[in-house]
Amino acid sequence: MSASAVFVLDLKGKVLICRNYKGDVDMVEIDHFLPLLMQQEEEGLICPVMSHGNVHFLWIKHNNLYLVATTNKNSNASLVYSFLYKLVEVFTEYFKELEEESIQDNFVVVYELLDELMDFGFPQTTDSKILQEYITQEGAKLEVAKSKVPTTVTNAVSWRSEGIKYKKNEVFIDVIESINVLVNANGSVMSSDIVGSIKLKTMLSGMPELRLGLNDRVLFALTGRDKGKTVAMEDVKFHQCVRLSRFESDRTISFIPPDGESELMSYRINTHVKPLIWIESVIEKFSHSRVEIMVKAKGQFKKQSVANNVEVRVPVPSDADSPKFKTSTGHAKYVPEKNLVVWTIKSFPGGKEYLMRAHFGLPSVENDEMEGKPPITVNFEIPYFTVSGIQVRYMKIIEKSGYQALPWVRYITQSGDYQLRTNA
Amino acid sequence: MQEWANQLCENRQFGSKMTDSKYFTTTKKGEIFELKAELNSDKKEKKKEAVKKVIASMTVGKDVSALFPDVVNCMQTDNLELKKLVYLYLMNYAKSQPDMAIMAVNTFVKDCEDPNPLIRALAVRTMGCIRVDKITEYLCEPLRKCLKDEDPYVRKTAAVCVAKLHDINAQLVEDQGFLDTLKDLISDSNPMVVANAVAALSEIAESHPNSNLLDLNPQSINKLLTALNECTEWGQIFILDCLANYTPRDDRESQSICERVTPRLSHANSAVVLSAVKVLMKFMEMLPKDLDYYGTLLKKLAPPLVTLLSAEPELQYVALRNINLIVQKRPEILKHEMKVFFVKYNDPIYVKLEKLDIMIRLASQANIAQVLAELKEYATEVDVDFVRKAVRAIGRCAIKVEQSAERCVSTLLDLIQTKVNYVVQEAIVVIKDIFRKYPNKYESVIATLCENLDSLDEPEARAAMIWIVGEYAERIDNADELLESFLEGFHDESTQVQLQLLTAIVKLFLKKPTETQELVQQVLSLATQDSDNPDLRDRGYIYWRLLSTDPVAAKEVVLAEKPLISEETDLIEPTLLEELICHIGTLASVYHKPPSAFVEGSRGVQHKRLPARAGSGESAESPDTVSTGGVSEAPPAVIPSQGDLLGDLLNLDLTPPTTTGPPPPTSSMQMGAMDLLGGGLDSLLGGDIGGSPAMGASFGAPPAVMPGSFNAPVSGGLSDLFDLGGGVGMPMGAYVPPKTVWLPAMKAKGLEISGTFARRSGVVQMEMTLTNKAMSVMGDFAIQFNRNSFGLAPAGPLQVLTPFTPNQSIEVTLPLNTVGPVMKMEPLNNLQVAVKNNIDVFYFSCQYPISMLFVEDGKMERQVFLATWKDIPNDNESQFQIKDCHLNSDAASNKLQGSNIFTIAKRTVDGQDMLYQSMKLTNGIWILAELKVQAGNPNYTISLKCRAPEVAQSVFQSYEAVLKN
Repeated sequence: MSASAVFVLDLKGKVLICRNYKGDVDMVEIDHFLPLLMQQEEEGLICPVMSHGNVHFLWIKHNNLYLVATTNKNSNASLVYSFLYKLVEVFTEYFKELEEESIQDNFVVVYELLDELMDFGFPQTTDSKILQEYITQEGAKLEVAKSKVPTTVTNAVSWRSEGIKYKKNEVFIDVIESINVLVNANGSVMSSDIVGSIKLKTMLSGMPELRLGLNDRVLFALTGRDKGKTVAMEDVKFHQCVRLSRFESDRTISFIPPDGESELMSYRINTHVKPLIWIESVIEKFSHSRVEIMVKAKGQFKKQSVANNVEVRVPVPSDADSPKFKTSTGHAKYVPEKNLVVWTIKSFPGGKEYLMRAHFGLPSVENDEMEGKPPITVNFEIPYFTVSGIQVRYMKIIEKSGYQALPWVRYITQSGDYQLRTNA
Repeated sequence: MQEWANQLCENRQFGSKMTDSKYFTTTKKGEIFELKAELNSDKKEKKKEAVKKVIASMTVGKDVSALFPDVVNCMQTDNLELKKLVYLYLMNYAKSQPDMAIMAVNTFVKDCEDPNPLIRALAVRTMGCIRVDKITEYLCEPLRKCLKDEDPYVRKTAAVCVAKLHDINAQLVEDQGFLDTLKDLISDSNPMVVANAVAALSEIAESHPNSNLLDLNPQSINKLLTALNECTEWGQIFILDCLANYTPRDDRESQSICERVTPRLSHANSAVVLSAVKVLMKFMEMLPKDLDYYGTLLKKLAPPLVTLLSAEPELQYVALRNINLIVQKRPEILKHEMKVFFVKYNDPIYVKLEKLDIMIRLASQANIAQVLAELKEYATEVDVDFVRKAVRAIGRCAIKVEQSAERCVSTLLDLIQTKVNYVVQEAIVVIKDIFRKYPNKYESVIATLCENLDSLDEPEARAAMIWIVGEYAERIDNADELLESFLEGFHDESTQVQLQLLTAIVKLFLKKPTETQELVQQVLSLATQDSDNPDLRDRGYIYWRLLSTDPVAAKEVVLAEKPLISEETDLIEPTLLEELICHIGTLASVYHKPPSAFVEGSRGVQHKRLPARAGSGESAESPDTVSTGGVSEAPPAVIPSQGDLLGDLLNLDLTPPTTTGPPPPTSSMQMGAMDLLGGGLDSLLGGDIGGSPAMGASFGAPPAVMPGSFNAPVSGGLSDLFDLGGGVGMPMGAYVPPKTVWLPAMKAKGLEISGTFARRSGVVQMEMTLTNKAMSVMGDFAIQFNRNSFGLAPAGPLQVLTPFTPNQSIEVTLPLNTVGPVMKMEPLNNLQVAVKNNIDVFYFSCQYPISMLFVEDGKMERQVFLATWKDIPNDNESQFQIKDCHLNSDAASNKLQGSNIFTIAKRTVDGQDMLYQSMKLTNGIWILAELKVQAGNPNYTISLKCRAPEVAQSVFQSYEAVLKN
């Protein structure tokens, strides 16, 4: 059904640790992995699925590691990749950083985790918070706690343990919207969307029942309310804890939250967003002599709002030299290892317009390697503001002990995949 | 490996942090000896440290199997961490030391009764991973207990252990009744136990397709749907994947399952979403298209599919490969979502290429401007493969969207101006295709193309350019010079270019004979005398003879009008597409290949099929129940990856029984009653009527031997059983011929049988009237068919109410299936039947209307129809006249639809209605028809096209019968 075995390899293809789950694929098959990958890289046709004979390798790369699953069946590929990414998540939460060293330093726990995360190719408990209750790094210290299975593992509520206690019951809600924009070289917006995410930091005692109210257009339509601005979410994705059938039937977002930090939901809005920071650029390349760059940035959002840490990244040819800059605000820096000019503006109020000019020399002997046309990218964040206008209307918290708890809400809009193609 | 450990050792000397890496340090000689001593130490702590060192050595690939007894001695411990390590060691080395593995059995048995559920589960989990046959039987008792354990953590682990044990010793698992216990766990109160039980059963069922393990019925489906809401994300995937194997009884059940599955589309885990999409895509097939819910469901599918494109790149890739299938199956879902497939600069190459493919599939007149602008942008990127594909895509757009052709051509010309070598070459290759599609429309660009002649170094581009020059030789002033320039290095060219050059020069000669005589002689001699390539020589000689004997004929041959190329060249063949849709999310959907193409030992594994759009038929069976009985022996079907494999049923060479393939499934396996007939019908029939002219010579062939090539149609018929899943709510009802006397009483000692065939609610039936004209009571009826063209076989025993007294008449309905053995009959729809009663065995033959084999999902997509029509060679077309038919075209269309002959399009030309129709036989053969109806003229003309032209005659007869009744 899914993986026969899972391997963690270093960049040279050496097995750091592995676990054979089903025994139907010879473990030495992994020796073919790296040669195959290198061959594909050479041909420029790299692919996340590779096969050798009747063995299939499904792999991902993380830091200096390859995580590879092998199979000889018609496995559920999406499940395998989801699982490999889950593996990264769990290991990262255990060891802070998942890399060659952390695997070696913790091989006993890694083995234990591999044993618990998957059985005979079927993923089992993968919630690292719960795993940490009975698989711990310092074996000796928690001998007592380790000796029993937390009931959570097999509970319908498999993401939260009982008996959590806080002196002060609070929940922090972050509403983060990322703007993805793709603008053509002639200035027309090819595609744009908003990917929103609602993150929780839950510090609540017991087993609280939460209900989140948003100004969801579908909900308002269902209940016949039409006060104020509503938001039409194109697609919504929820954390395992949210009761999906409930949402499907009456759009109620009800759940028992995991403890601590988690992403409760994400949504996508496919509206035509006005690019919040508009870039116009003129890049003139005079072969064998110089490149002249002129970039104009304009804040297309409310005057009261301010964009922070704005970074406009403008590509330059790899053989450019002797940079000269002039900016109307902020400062520009040449980052030769990335072939970029990075123009930083700490604080960018709405409605303002700024200018940056750059001048580079070009060598007289032309670089004969073809270079791509990387786009200009922009990073920014605008606090206290969401483009979509989404609002948390309420967060109801009910726990049987009857404590009062306070929800705190923050809004922020940031750049996502924000690309503007250039003419150069 | 040692290096690794040594290096670590060095590193560690600097750091003060103590981590597990210290266990990798002992690599000197005598290590094993030292470890042995430490393992046998009295001190607990020392023991544990030693085991860790052993595991560390194991991890870096050293052989520490010599320590087996010493490590196993450490097994009995109350230290959980130590126990886990020892278990890990056991899993790795038990297989190499099977005798010593027995030593561990006692501890396993003991641990399975430990008061701590964590230890019980650990024991049962590890037990299953020790793949040593000898010890498995010792493990049955502990496993049995654990399956009934009070703690769900132990039960869920035990459930998986059954699958492990089954993999090692299937018989043992069956004998011990574990499968039943596992089935019971589907009703467990704990959702995680349910999920693992489902996973284990699915796994076992996959390797034993006939086991009928997943006995899915509305009750068990309901349990699964309930558990779906409560179990972990992974459990949801197991359950959804299992649900996808179920075939609902009717559209209502289908809808209610869909309603309960759709909430899963909102799950954060992409794999859950894709598995849900699979269930929905499959069950949707059964919903009537005019149902409101059908439209709602279509709308609900788009947003989650789009969101998958924000997942990690590998998951995006899987999603895109699947979207590629979904777009072909149901283009309406994503037709407005073109923009999300625009390529981003930082997408990995495999994502870029897939997006490009989907963009072309979604390209239409409405969005072509945007698509072209994007493609042009991509064509100036640096990644060569991506650029090439982008250029090719522009050509495909031109061919697909006629209105855009001009713009595409000018875009391609712009790209040629860039002079980037591979862009130019790729552009020329696609322009050639555009010329083919739109002849005599864009020759103005030829001059520009000719300018780039010198830069072409790839054979495909050179060949394309030469083709263009030859094709338009009369409009290119210096065509002879251009072609001559290629001729200089003739022998260094690739075959492709040589062949093209030969043809082009011959074309040129035919168009401008006066000035090119020398050239043509040169090329002919190069091709025929100086070449070793037989293809080239042959072609050269053919031209030579043609030119020397009959120049007029040569002109007709060489300059003949070419058939148009079809617009969608790379559509996946519909049967394969259906199968792949059933495998959404899996490797098959990523490779676009059926599992049988890349999974070893998938013999006998069925090809999944989409269910038929259903009315309220009750006969729908889940694939698992269908697979019981004789069907299991069917050899694996070769899924035709190209359309032309489709209907080879009738082209089989029947005479020489030389191949000794697996014995064919005989229908007697399915019917207990058939034992009465002794050695099978074939032998009985052989003696009696073997000589009758109706029987082919092949009939005498021994029944056990069957030409190997039969395999494909046999199992093709097999999978078609699902088509019986339920009939459409038929507007008119299928045509049923009146009953005729098949067996007169005189010939059958007083038993008279008259009958007919019908297709009702998707089930083929034989409807008979039996009359007892004898003087005594009859009983013990049984029926069997001889092998026939479409594998028709009784789906159950012949049930005749007894006592069947003299002068009594009874109506008997016998449901049929199409999984029986196949043999071509003459005529095609001939069926030879043997009926037995307490008196004797009687034989008769009858003919069935082929229309009863037309399945409910025989409506082809318009585009596929067009492509298929063009694709089937004209030789396969047959024309018939239907005389004296007084229906107008709409009435005819309605009437035909009742018999699953679907009208796909209607065109009116000069008062003449042309109906384009399709139908599909139970064995997957498609038949395409064009019916011409002229107002006031009672004579219809019908043209039939099919890859198996043999069926045409019978199909025509069916048309006639349906239309005239």
